[in-house]
Amino acid sequence: MIKIDIFLAITLVFLITVFACEQANEDSTIIEEKDPQSLVIVVHDSFDISKSLIDKFEEENNATITIVKGGDAGEVLNRAILERGNPSADLLYGIDNTYLSKALREDLFIAYKSPLLVNVPNHLVLDKTFHVTPIDFGYVNINYDKQYLIDNALDPPVLLEELTDSKWENRMVVENPATSSPGLAFLIATISYFGEDDEYDYLDFWEDLRNNGVVVKDGWSDAYYNDFSLNGGDRPLVVSYATSPAAEVYFSEGKYTEPPTGNLIIDKATFQQIEGIGILKGTEVEKLASDFIDFALDVSFQEDIPSKMFVYPVNRRAAWPDFFQFAQVPKVHSDISHEDIDEKREDWIEAWVKVVLR
Amino acid sequence: MRFRFSHSIILIPVVFLSFFFIYPLASILVRSLEGNTDFVFVPFRTLFVDSYYLGRIWFTIWQATISTIMSVVVALPIAYFFARCDFPGKTFLKALCTLPFVMPTIVVAMGFLSLFGAQGLINTLLMKIFELDKPPIMLSNTLAIIIIAHVFYNYAVVVRIVSSFWSSLDSQLEDTAKILGGSRIQVLCRVTLPLISPALISSSALAFAFSFTSLGVVLVLGGPQFATLEVSIYELTTKLFRLPLAAALSVVQLGFTYLVLFVYTRYQKMASMQLGLQSRGERLHSYGRPIRGIFIVAMVVYIFCLLSPLGALIFRFFAETREYLPFLFIGLFSDQAGSYFYLSPIIVIWNSVKFALCTVIISTIVGVIIAYRLSGSQGSISGIFDSLFMMPLGMSAVTLGYGYLISFNRDPFDLRGSWIILVIAHSIVAYPFVVRSVLPVINSMDKSLKDAAKLLGASQSRIFLSVELPIILPAILVGATFAFAVSMGEFGSSLMLLRPENATIPIAIFKFLGLPGEVNVGRALAMSGLLMIIVSLSFMAIEKFRYKGSGGF
Repeated sequence: MIKIDIFLAITLVFLITVFACEQANEDSTIIEEKDPQSLVIVVHDSFDISKSLIDKFEEENNATITIVKGGDAGEVLNRAILERGNPSADLLYGIDNTYLSKALREDLFIAYKSPLLVNVPNHLVLDKTFHVTPIDFGYVNINYDKQYLIDNALDPPVLLEELTDSKWENRMVVENPATSSPGLAFLIATISYFGEDDEYDYLDFWEDLRNNGVVVKDGWSDAYYNDFSLNGGDRPLVVSYATSPAAEVYFSEGKYTEPPTGNLIIDKATFQQIEGIGILKGTEVEKLASDFIDFALDVSFQEDIPSKMFVYPVNRRAAWPDFFQFAQVPKVHSDISHEDIDEKREDWIEAWVKVVLR
Repeated sequence: MRFRFSHSIILIPVVFLSFFFIYPLASILVRSLEGNTDFVFVPFRTLFVDSYYLGRIWFTIWQATISTIMSVVVALPIAYFFARCDFPGKTFLKALCTLPFVMPTIVVAMGFLSLFGAQGLINTLLMKIFELDKPPIMLSNTLAIIIIAHVFYNYAVVVRIVSSFWSSLDSQLEDTAKILGGSRIQVLCRVTLPLISPALISSSALAFAFSFTSLGVVLVLGGPQFATLEVSIYELTTKLFRLPLAAALSVVQLGFTYLVLFVYTRYQKMASMQLGLQSRGERLHSYGRPIRGIFIVAMVVYIFCLLSPLGALIFRFFAETREYLPFLFIGLFSDQAGSYFYLSPIIVIWNSVKFALCTVIISTIVGVIIAYRLSGSQGSISGIFDSLFMMPLGMSAVTLGYGYLISFNRDPFDLRGSWIILVIAHSIVAYPFVVRSVLPVINSMDKSLKDAAKLLGASQSRIFLSVELPIILPAILVGATFAFAVSMGEFGSSLMLLRPENATIPIAIFKFLGLPGEVNVGRALAMSGLLMIIVSLSFMAIEKFRYKGSGGF
């Protein structure tokens, strides 16, 4: 019986430790929650920012900030819709132009026009009612593995049509537009490139891609880390971001001075993704939330964005870091409006799923 | 009947499950289906008319069946080995064996890739030996790799539950059969297998349920071409937001799991017989020394082959990061970039261990009480209840996560963002493991022992502590091991809102793999290595808790 006693004693000590730790935390959170100046922000999983900036905001505004991650952009939005009227947060970051119309239609946000929007180019301000304020933008396009192409004597394609050629057979991985935001973005880019009702439309292209052995994965991480040849997979083409090659250099501890991957920048075949923030209806700290939006548009926050989230800041006065020279900005990106996307997204996805997956 | 404490104690699991399983489940189903003003059954009709969803249902059933059979076949030799052989380092080997169950799917996928991938160890080797210019083995994105992964995840469940049961079986029955002239194969088929069948059925039910509701493995390794029911529910709920159809699918999945578990529990009831289960080991086999030595070596090699995907990961980690290994660890333990979301690995590990231990405590209490009550009840009703208590296994994690979101969002139960809700969700998934590993042992326990104790004047609690507990403790420990593993492996945690300070090891791994770049791969692999070390140590520590004097299980 001695061992059982030891077991019980250890369990008890553990429970007391946990309880004590929680009690200590609890004390501080209770004060936080009673404090009217507490601000909760729900973000998507890719969000990141310097702690020093958040500390600065807390100090200047006598506020405490809690940032909660809630899945990818679509999941965060769906949760907010489920929780409408009784939100667990005051601000929601991560509404992009593929979801903007849906978010506006669901009437989740309070309008706020930040004075700092004067520094943001007009074409990036999609919501003219100012319920959602743009913070950053990026591009979805195809990345290629430079070494693989050299080893196999292949040149990077210059037209999307080339991808249906037999020399690219079994050499591409894309994400599922039904589940992944870069996947949806690339589908929209192909619609912009081939058109919907042309003689050879986007569905014909996808059918040819399928016959050419394209592989579909549900998320970016699965595709990039399990199928892309740079990371041990067997496919040299992957749907990723224009900043990914730059990130490869940044995260190599000096091993690379040139990125090991390249961007396929094809006119109209890249998708511009603009991400924004909105104040959730039901918040008790509207003023503080709007102050945070101003703060997020300010230069110091905006200059922190590239090296944290690997997207471009919307504020034209924010300087870009050196390694962003490897993150080319496409000149002509896809030209499909967010209203169109909202209206037809489900149909496009359904048609795509039928052609590619079933 | 007179009021007895041992009867009312069943209220603990009943209240727990009503509040944290049935209520959120009912809320989300009602909420999902109420939008259909015309008729609630419309989504169900869509389901059974659309050949796509029928295909998904069929696919889910047969891939789970094959995965379960393969898991059992792969696991049986190891279960025998652990049950009947003692050797130094056995505890460690058992812990290693259980490791796959804990690893996040994306890490396991990377392990498979390092081993079987186009540039993996095996293909590189074969290409060098046979001077091929194309990799000969292409497994990525095939059905084969999904099944292999399911076996990789689930064989440990069968190994642990069966070997724990097997080792407490009296080997005299087998010896007698042998003396009476039975050949080895005859003894195996006609004596041993029937004897261990309760544990076999119990553990294969778990393996089936896990393959049936598999999400991560199918998503990461197979891609959407191979959608199971759970994958469809996940897509419909979180991405397409078509809640009515998702709810209908959840109900179908739940109903089917219930049916399967019901059949299983019936068989289990039929298969169990009262056996002279012992709490101490005196059952080592009568092999000669050299044969035993060869057998042990062969089994160790076999187990290491099974674990080779994890080995390949460790190899990849050291091969890829040797140039900047020091940087990597400096970067891991101190954050130069100053991110808001940075947490030291020590805090992350503490979080994981804290959640896992809380899960172990809750699920062991709930599971043992349920198993104990179920063993007492008789007749066909017990089968119904048994499978009812197993329902969380068929539950879609996505549906339950959304259920929590809408059920516990108002004071005084606003649990959103709190880690308590995470521990509760883990316990809901974990306690069936405790039930399934404890129940066969209780059912097969020799009732005369209990009667003898009663006759000698022992109280109910005394009988439990001195007679029953020593016999079922190894099974409880197996259940606790899996409860710990379930929580450590973070099943469905990404579906909960979680404050950043509550990040766990798998969340940290996912975070690193959300960005491009070698350093991120290195960090993710380093965290995976830490996860393997912590989990092995914990498994070994759990094994240490046992009665003084009871032999080495």
